[in-house]
Amino acid sequence: MVSLAATFGRGAMTNHWVDFKNSDLFLVIGANPAENHPCGWKWAFHARDHRGARIIHVDPRFTRTSATADKWVAIRAGTDVAFFGGMIRHILENQLYHDEYVKLHTNASFVVSEGFSFQDGLFSGYDEAAREYDTSTWEYERMAAPAPGEGEDAAPSEGFAVRDLSLQHPRSVFQLLKQHYARYTPEVVEEVTGIPADEFVAIADEFGSTGVPEKVGNIVYAVGLTHHTQGSQMIRAAAIVQLLLGNMGRPGGGMNAERGHANIQGNTDNAQSWEILPGYLQIPRPGMETLDQYETPASLTQMDAGSINFFGSNYRKFMISLLKAWYGESAQAANEFHYSYIPKPDKNWSWMTFYAEALAGRLHGLFNSGMSSVNIGPDSNRVVQALSRLKWLVVMDPFPTASSEFWHGEGVDPASVDTEVFFLPTTHWIEKAGAFVNSGRWTQWKHAALPAEGDVKDDAYILSQLLLRLQALYQKEGGAFPDPILDLHWPYSNPNNPPLEEVSREINGRDLTTGAQLATFNDAKDDGTTAIGNWIYTGSWTEEGNMMDRRGTDDPTGLGFFHNWAWSWPANRRVLYNRASADADGRPWDATRPGIVWNGQTWKGDVPDFTPDSPPSEGKGAFIMTGEGVARIFAPGSLMMDGPIPEHYEPVESPVENVLSPTRRVPTTILYEGVAASFAEDDSEFPYVATTYRVTEHEHFVTQYVPYLVEAMPDFFIELPRELANEKGISDLDQVRVSSKRGHVQGVALVTKRMRPLRLGNKVVYQVGIPVHWHPTGGHGKGNTAQMVNLLTPYVGDGTTVTPEFKAFLVNVERA
Amino acid sequence: MKVTRRSFLQGGVAGTLAWSSLGFDLRPARSLIKELKISRASEVRSVCPYCAVGCSMIAYVGGVGETQSFNTTPHLIHIEGDPDSPVNGGSLCPKGAATMQLALSQERIQYPRYRAPGASEWTRISWDEALNRLARLMKTARDERFVATDADGNTVNRNEGFAWGGGATITNEEGYLVTKMMRALGVVGLEQQARL
Amino acid sequence: MTTTDLGLTIRRQSATPASGTNIRRDHSTPALEISKLVDIDLCIGCKACEVACKEWNDLQVEETHLFSGYQSHPDLTPHTWDLMRFNEVELAGGALAWLIRKDSCLHCEEPGCLLACPAPGAVIQYENGIVDFNQDACIGCQYCVSGCPFDIPRFDTVTKKVYKCTLCIDRVSTGLEPACVKACPTGAIRFGTKEDMLAYGNEKVEKLKARGFTEAMLYDPVGVGGLHMMYVVPRGEILEQYGLPVDPTVTAPTSFPSLIGALRKVGATASWAGLLAAAVYFLKTGKRYPPPEEEAVAAAYEKAPHG
Repeated sequence: MVSLAATFGRGAMTNHWVDFKNSDLFLVIGANPAENHPCGWKWAFHARDHRGARIIHVDPRFTRTSATADKWVAIRAGTDVAFFGGMIRHILENQLYHDEYVKLHTNASFVVSEGFSFQDGLFSGYDEAAREYDTSTWEYERMAAPAPGEGEDAAPSEGFAVRDLSLQHPRSVFQLLKQHYARYTPEVVEEVTGIPADEFVAIADEFGSTGVPEKVGNIVYAVGLTHHTQGSQMIRAAAIVQLLLGNMGRPGGGMNAERGHANIQGNTDNAQSWEILPGYLQIPRPGMETLDQYETPASLTQMDAGSINFFGSNYRKFMISLLKAWYGESAQAANEFHYSYIPKPDKNWSWMTFYAEALAGRLHGLFNSGMSSVNIGPDSNRVVQALSRLKWLVVMDPFPTASSEFWHGEGVDPASVDTEVFFLPTTHWIEKAGAFVNSGRWTQWKHAALPAEGDVKDDAYILSQLLLRLQALYQKEGGAFPDPILDLHWPYSNPNNPPLEEVSREINGRDLTTGAQLATFNDAKDDGTTAIGNWIYTGSWTEEGNMMDRRGTDDPTGLGFFHNWAWSWPANRRVLYNRASADADGRPWDATRPGIVWNGQTWKGDVPDFTPDSPPSEGKGAFIMTGEGVARIFAPGSLMMDGPIPEHYEPVESPVENVLSPTRRVPTTILYEGVAASFAEDDSEFPYVATTYRVTEHEHFVTQYVPYLVEAMPDFFIELPRELANEKGISDLDQVRVSSKRGHVQGVALVTKRMRPLRLGNKVVYQVGIPVHWHPTGGHGKGNTAQMVNLLTPYVGDGTTVTPEFKAFLVNVERA
Repeated sequence: MKVTRRSFLQGGVAGTLAWSSLGFDLRPARSLIKELKISRASEVRSVCPYCAVGCSMIAYVGGVGETQSFNTTPHLIHIEGDPDSPVNGGSLCPKGAATMQLALSQERIQYPRYRAPGASEWTRISWDEALNRLARLMKTARDERFVATDADGNTVNRNEGFAWGGGATITNEEGYLVTKMMRALGVVGLEQQARL
Repeated sequence: MTTTDLGLTIRRQSATPASGTNIRRDHSTPALEISKLVDIDLCIGCKACEVACKEWNDLQVEETHLFSGYQSHPDLTPHTWDLMRFNEVELAGGALAWLIRKDSCLHCEEPGCLLACPAPGAVIQYENGIVDFNQDACIGCQYCVSGCPFDIPRFDTVTKKVYKCTLCIDRVSTGLEPACVKACPTGAIRFGTKEDMLAYGNEKVEKLKARGFTEAMLYDPVGVGGLHMMYVVPRGEILEQYGLPVDPTVTAPTSFPSLIGALRKVGATASWAGLLAAAVYFLKTGKRYPPPEEEAVAAAYEKAPHG
């Protein structure tokens, strides 16, 4: 999601499920929607049956998505940047790109500063010791102030980026792109990915055919692109393809990230993520001492005359409104609205850091609320060690998990574990109201259907009780900086268990002078007179009531916007960046599928992701969330920590060297203490590429408690290509043991034609598939520890987001 | 009496009155059809708890609304897709179709549990005991691991004593409350399922 | 809607001389004929239908284990009336196809089960095409199992009755679609009038042909009088690989006189008590309808109420 934000301005699926019916061509890669998003995937089939769309599936395995696609090719897990890089090259070489769109809506014409370079797999500014880039050369060339006496009537341009709309400047993004991907020939793509060059060219040609106004292509992906050390760059590479082909902002197009949990989008929006605050405001870093120093990240300063720079110019209003929601009356201009209360981390604090801190004896406690550290890993053995080093662990869940039971798990002596463990049983989704945000940002209200059985409590109750008790303790005893705790605004009618309706209204925000719910974030103020819990949700609960509970099924355009069904952030827009669905004059690229259209007075169609009355003649950029006003093919500055243009590296564990450069692994991955020795350096001991996934009958770990689903897909299995099974003397249904350098699992072998050997140059590589669902507390007593796939996965993450590399690592397979 | 396929029993005569001398049943055909099990249930609108397609679903609940009586408590009869939803149009995948078993699972934990250091068993604990103990541990962790000012003299006000790892099946409102409270406690280790 | 509108009058019942109550119906309006249609092109093998069927019909959970790929049960059971069957097939030219088919009662227009059943009223065919089993009348002889050209009905050794898909007649009779149809995420299982389903199927076959599935077909075999659960089959050239018989037929007598004639050869007579005051029926034996489990039949008879 970070990569989408770096490219377009927001980190979310750009279109939505129903919109799939408007696509002409689907490129499904790093996803298995037929299995994992079946009810949404119907809209792709709808497009095929009703508008003749085609579906191409690129995946290490032949899945149920492949079975129902028009074309499937096997790719080696972890090589998607090479695939997209080859596609970018093919599109550029063969002039398949949508020239007008590229010039109008992307930063292809922006000129990059002279200091930028790329050599041997490294961009300029690499510090090998720190494993970090100094990104100061990854910038645009800036305009100087106009000479005295010259252009005094002209708009100010100092500091704006230099552009060359002919795209010919050698340092223009367009030329750099051409140069960068020149190495990604079909032959190289074949040698890296295992996709035969001719098949690759056929796919590149076909998807490239959507680079015309009258066709729209859709890239559908999921964690198959994120769970890599270069996951965010895979997504960036795909996004660049979509920008070159003019497929962004348009009905039927987009970069469609299929999210895997009911409210994973909503909880990201609400910033259960170490680096952000609600509404994607950045968490301040040390040194940002005041609000003035905090506001406006570099990427959100205006860089072009056409840039609306909506986010950048409203950043302060949103932050102050958030502080007012959190600290109420005590947040005043004189105290900077308690900006100082916001913690300022000095390093990455994502998942793997938790366990590293625990192993180092620094972290006292950990909450597992509706998730399970041991199940999820990576490297579950390491996670178990980390939990053993904690002073306390809290599991808030309806069901036992491998984490709640880690202290008496297989191979663990309870007497040696000093961790205090609390199991706080919680209510489940059916027992409480509230909003779930789907992958397409539709925010849908659900109602409580029945009371819970037993002595279980709502999450809101548990949080409130802990807060109230902590407030009492700090009041009585004092302690480290109690102020933010004591000043926290908890204005709910039942402070012991806040009604979620009241919380929802707080998220929407209100005008503190009138007490009225705000209807739009345009009314946010920076003077402390508005309080908004999350500005992107303003409009979700207005004076007219709960917009998320609306059930209107009218669709006047026939394009599937359904503006009266529930509510979609932001501002009920259904397709993000929809200004890019039209040309410079405000005419839709395809009149049969308009996103928004300028009618002379206003933009009509979808809710415009744009100033509604800004005429095309004003020449404002379509991407209002970027300082450039356009989408970023080149991601300048520190938006991406591992490079402004995606470059292929091998997964940390790979059977081959990097064909494209001498830099084998992503140079900026964090190497946590003591993990380097846990990686296989080559394929001598662990020769096979393993990848992990879900199957349609299960969702992560919880469905192991659902009898009909255990019946429908009962056993932990390992999918093996026939050829590998033959080599190893393994028969279908044999018990096999799969080991990595970190652990082993054991399950039933499914020997299948659906896994194919790949030819990489002179080498044949086998891939092995292992699903994630099985675990010791599931399966109605039949679960066991050796079914947890994350015992195998490497403790290493993406070069920017630190998302673990679950999807490509090395294993060995033997008959058990 | 042993019977084979060639030696059949002579049937008895205790027939029902419905069988007429004409040799066929004149009762309405419908009497053979079992009654719709949700015909008297109340409908509650929910959203599927699994993936992020966001399928709307209808929970059919007995013992509420018209069927509520002094002696009943609400009980779930059935869950199926909400046909009004533009997204799923009433459909559900196998997981969604089996959500009733998730809601009613007897494997759910019914009361708070505590496991003391070194203990080999869970012990049942009251909510008050659990929350009081936990609040104390949280305060200790925070007080010990709070960084008000870093080495460069910057105000950072961060609590490195404990971390929150959240799931993604809680609602927006609960997620927001987590963020609001954890940040007020100075927590920097704040994550949810998104990266995993 | 009235009962008649939904075609819920009985057309015929097993081992019953006259047909059912339809003699009382006003024949000026034709009965509604309904059908399911499984568009295999849209089927993703997710098993939503399988699970929804079990959930709606309160069918008991069975312990399963992997035995061949992703398929959950080796076969239909008395507690699993709907099963996704999977078959990995290498096509000519080396391409791979994963054939996935929803297997459940096809509700034949000429139901072999009904024609084979000796128990009056145990198998009922409604005017709308639904073929349902009435377990109250079932004697557990399993002749229906043998009579079915698609091998659908399953005998429960505990209850001594035979079970299969009811086409969710409880839902259909109140205007709802069957549970499997309702759940199906992709619209692969459809439900409507037979006429509409034929129209959909024929149109879809044309679309498939245009996509290169030159042998695509609508599966509605005449040998069983047509189906009330048809299939759109993309690769008609390998029908058997989907587990569908190419030319299923009902070899049973199709009229009461011919039934009598057939049974006379056997010469056995039996009357069964319980719900029925007096009914005479015949069983025939032989290769065409071999009773699968004689012992079970015998046991069932012993337990049947008789006075």
